[in-house]
Amino acid sequence: MTSIAPIRKQVVVDATPEKAFKVFTDGVDRWWPREHHIGTSPLKRAIIEPREGGRWYSECQDGTECDTGKVLAWEPPKRVVLAWQITAQWQFDPAFVTEVEVNFISEGPKQTRVTLEHRNLDRYGVMAEQIRAMMDGPTAWERTLQLFGAVATGDAQAAS
Amino acid sequence: MTNAAHAFSALGDPTRRKLLERLSRRPMPVGKLAHGLPVSRPAVSQHLKVLKHAGLVTEVREGTRHVFHIDPRGLAAMRGWLDKFWDQSLTAFQKAVQEENDL
Repeated sequence: MTSIAPIRKQVVVDATPEKAFKVFTDGVDRWWPREHHIGTSPLKRAIIEPREGGRWYSECQDGTECDTGKVLAWEPPKRVVLAWQITAQWQFDPAFVTEVEVNFISEGPKQTRVTLEHRNLDRYGVMAEQIRAMMDGPTAWERTLQLFGAVATGDAQAAS
Repeated sequence: MTNAAHAFSALGDPTRRKLLERLSRRPMPVGKLAHGLPVSRPAVSQHLKVLKHAGLVTEVREGTRHVFHIDPRGLAAMRGWLDKFWDQSLTAFQKAVQEENDL
């Protein structure tokens, strides 16, 4: 079983944790990258509902909504944990959960360090194994062996 | 470009994501993949070429047919995509905070 390291990022913003938290959550529509929208209709608005259990979703121009995930922990102005539930097939799947934890750490009167960790990415690997398990046909064994070789040699690259 | 960067740009296209979605259910030859899609078969072949180059699908010859499969190795590229996604997003977030300050 391969293990994929979490993604860790951080930025420092010139604002109080309260303000940074507000822009990140309430103001998500202002920074959400529109070109990576997964719906079929263009994105109208990105929304994070301000409570534990709240939805994280987008409204499309054709009136449909598409989910990204939900709010797992809501602790303004210090911490928010979101569930990212987009599979490798670019579908929202309520049974698939990876976690995005964001912390807002005060570093001065008007300075906040915002750290982000996107973890449980090895769950994408579990999906890959499920997909692989579904494969059959006359070349399945040959392919499995090929993949085994490729995965074994590809690990160092994937982990870097 | 790195593998992750290739995957990142390959996944940016809705037709290619649709093709991956179909292949995630089961391996298929080009003809079957193209069926019901609003693009021509040569266009589908072109998209498959991009996906293959990005390490997201593999092509296996079964007799006279060329069958396409999801390449599980490519799913590690998902991490690369997300890595870049969060870089872009946090930069945009930082800008949004700055804009608020400038008001």
